[in-house]
Amino acid sequence: MTNWHDFVGRKGTTPSWPYPVDYDKENEIETDVLIIGGGIAGCWAAISAARKGVRVALVEKGDTVRSGAGGPGCDHWGQCPANPHSKVDPDEWAKIIAEHPGTMAEIPKDTPEVSYGNGIGSQIQCRESYDTLLEMEQMGGQIRDINDEYLGAEGRYDDTKFMISPRTSPDHANEIVIRIWGTTFKPALKKECQRLGVQIFDRVMVTSLLTEDGRQGARVVGATGFNNRTGEFIIFKSKAAVLAAAGDFYMWMLNTEHAGCRQFRSRNATGDGLAMAWKAGAELVLMEKTTPLLLGTGYRHNWYGGAGDASYENLQLVDANGRKLPWPTQGWADGGAMFPPPDVLESIRRGIFNGKWALPFYGDFPGMPDIERRVTWDLMLGQESTTKIITSTYERAGFDPGRHLLQNYTFIEGETHSQWRTARGGGPVVDWNLKTTLDGLYAAGEQLFSFGDHSFAAATGRYAGRKAACYSTRVGESGICREQVDQEKKRIYAPVKRTGGIEWKELNAGIARTMQYFCSEYKTELLFNMGLDTLKEIEEVFVPRLYALDPHKLMRSIEDLSMLTHAQMVLHASLARRASSRPLNFYRIDYPEIDPPEWSKFVTIKLENGQIKTGDLPLRYWGDMKANYEAHNRDYAGVYKAK
Amino acid sequence: MTQKKLNALPNLTTPNRQAVFNPEICIGCNRCVEVCQVDVYIPNPVKGDPPIILHPDECWYCGCCVLDCPCPGAINFNWPLQQRGSWKDKVTGRVHRDNIAFL
Repeated sequence: MTNWHDFVGRKGTTPSWPYPVDYDKENEIETDVLIIGGGIAGCWAAISAARKGVRVALVEKGDTVRSGAGGPGCDHWGQCPANPHSKVDPDEWAKIIAEHPGTMAEIPKDTPEVSYGNGIGSQIQCRESYDTLLEMEQMGGQIRDINDEYLGAEGRYDDTKFMISPRTSPDHANEIVIRIWGTTFKPALKKECQRLGVQIFDRVMVTSLLTEDGRQGARVVGATGFNNRTGEFIIFKSKAAVLAAAGDFYMWMLNTEHAGCRQFRSRNATGDGLAMAWKAGAELVLMEKTTPLLLGTGYRHNWYGGAGDASYENLQLVDANGRKLPWPTQGWADGGAMFPPPDVLESIRRGIFNGKWALPFYGDFPGMPDIERRVTWDLMLGQESTTKIITSTYERAGFDPGRHLLQNYTFIEGETHSQWRTARGGGPVVDWNLKTTLDGLYAAGEQLFSFGDHSFAAATGRYAGRKAACYSTRVGESGICREQVDQEKKRIYAPVKRTGGIEWKELNAGIARTMQYFCSEYKTELLFNMGLDTLKEIEEVFVPRLYALDPHKLMRSIEDLSMLTHAQMVLHASLARRASSRPLNFYRIDYPEIDPPEWSKFVTIKLENGQIKTGDLPLRYWGDMKANYEAHNRDYAGVYKAK
Repeated sequence: MTQKKLNALPNLTTPNRQAVFNPEICIGCNRCVEVCQVDVYIPNPVKGDPPIILHPDECWYCGCCVLDCPCPGAINFNWPLQQRGSWKDKVTGRVHRDNIAFL
């Protein structure tokens, strides 16, 4: 017996809900620092706050042990220029990556006129990611080749046993990315949280922020949440809160079935954090930025299911006749580049049709030196994100990287529809303390605009945690507004009070379709307004009919409401940017000029007394990165020394 | 063939069996229930029996249920058919596919 149908078939009855259900039960928790989200950023925030000696509560929708995008694993500790083998200056490197956000391969040295990176986050990552990594090791995470499994691998240093990756380091020019054993990290982080006395609330979804006197734009004094197994309501009272929840990866996606549910993120990543920050009155930037959806299993093999996806370092792609393709190997020669330049890609496409290249393509594992093959297959793919289960599945079925060419699915799997996107890159305006525009509210990891990778989440989480802890020692208690709590309770439990209507999957699909039609690669004011009208109709007609049969489906239903809010934020921000922009992947048909100088700025949106206010912020509003970092961190103590 | 009793059931979600339990090895410790971040599983009402897959459509294929299982072989990951991988022997040119079926 394995699935629900089997159970019903055998027993002739459905299984009972396995957890006690008590929707109306209210619990009140008082803490100094509240961490919203228990992924990489959240765990690090909790640990660094707790090390400051304050009370910390951590709230996580799943179970902290493996939750979040980085829960299953990670193979690269990116942007770590303070490591002993680095050939670049951390402050100089921070400036470069702030201008070229998201680059995985060789980073151009020039400074573009328009760039929407995050200078504050980049500076923190470059200065502190190495200290963060050493603390990870203290907690039991493996960061070096301590068992000498990969002696002789290119980039391995015998003195430190660090293994440097070719990412962003063509011909060893920079050496700032470290290969890691990331499957060991998350359980170690949870253990350290427990050791430090962090109160962990697993399986609890935070639904709203509580503000002083219930006023929009006032100091954040707590949050509300409910347990997604028991339905119990929790009121958190806090002096400071760190927003460390996930981005929104399902706003354009119609369905989680057919195994389409993988894009580095689980369905838990529905942007709840940004939706609650918006409703509390925080000012947000870059909400108009979206990127094409990188779908995983089901619709496509990307990412990781076939040779040539991310993490296949130093792997040569060949065609069906064994001829080497002019494709980067993600190795030392190309600095980890994953795709050829557009003109080369186009020539390969033409070559397929004129007989030069035969499909399908393969990854030539047998052609690699033995040591590099083991590094890529066993270490990189064995440790990255969710790839261990993929490599073990291949091995179980008989795949041997020493003898077999692994199929690649480029071209034959087709491309993701251009209308299918993710909201990626928006977040609250933050200052040098990673504080948002609301007192008492900090942000880290994926909640920061132009967020980075695992080490970015860890370093910014660690930073936000200590800043929030410091703030919490300086402010007094603040009462919560009962009326605000009651309103939220009413909103949260409405779907379980109904016995029929529309369920979460259909609502998710309705929101997704609206965004596909009205906020896709075809952008005009008319389409944006039609999108807002459609969402308003969904809100007024269908949301009052939303129903949930159990606490789990209630969580998915409330996530839909986060997505609905998030979708409205994206459309409002899109309306506010009346220009096209290449770095934002934002092309308006009614304003075709690309990156006109007067629009080279951040567009901001926020709610004030329930009304939408738009504004702007200059690019690089953070000023001199090195000077400001140092001015705000005179007391920074470096790597934690256990007391 | 006449079947004695037939339940009326809706169509299954697809996929619906991304993991297959081996009841001989599984001790019903529910470790997989805990590590799953989306709550694909619920504990079996019969103590000691393998968990029930309740939300297979929410699986994001992270594999933690299998990799963190204390009893190797108790859970086998069962990739959806359309997702099975393929490879080729470099010497013989023979093409292979992941055709392991657990049911």
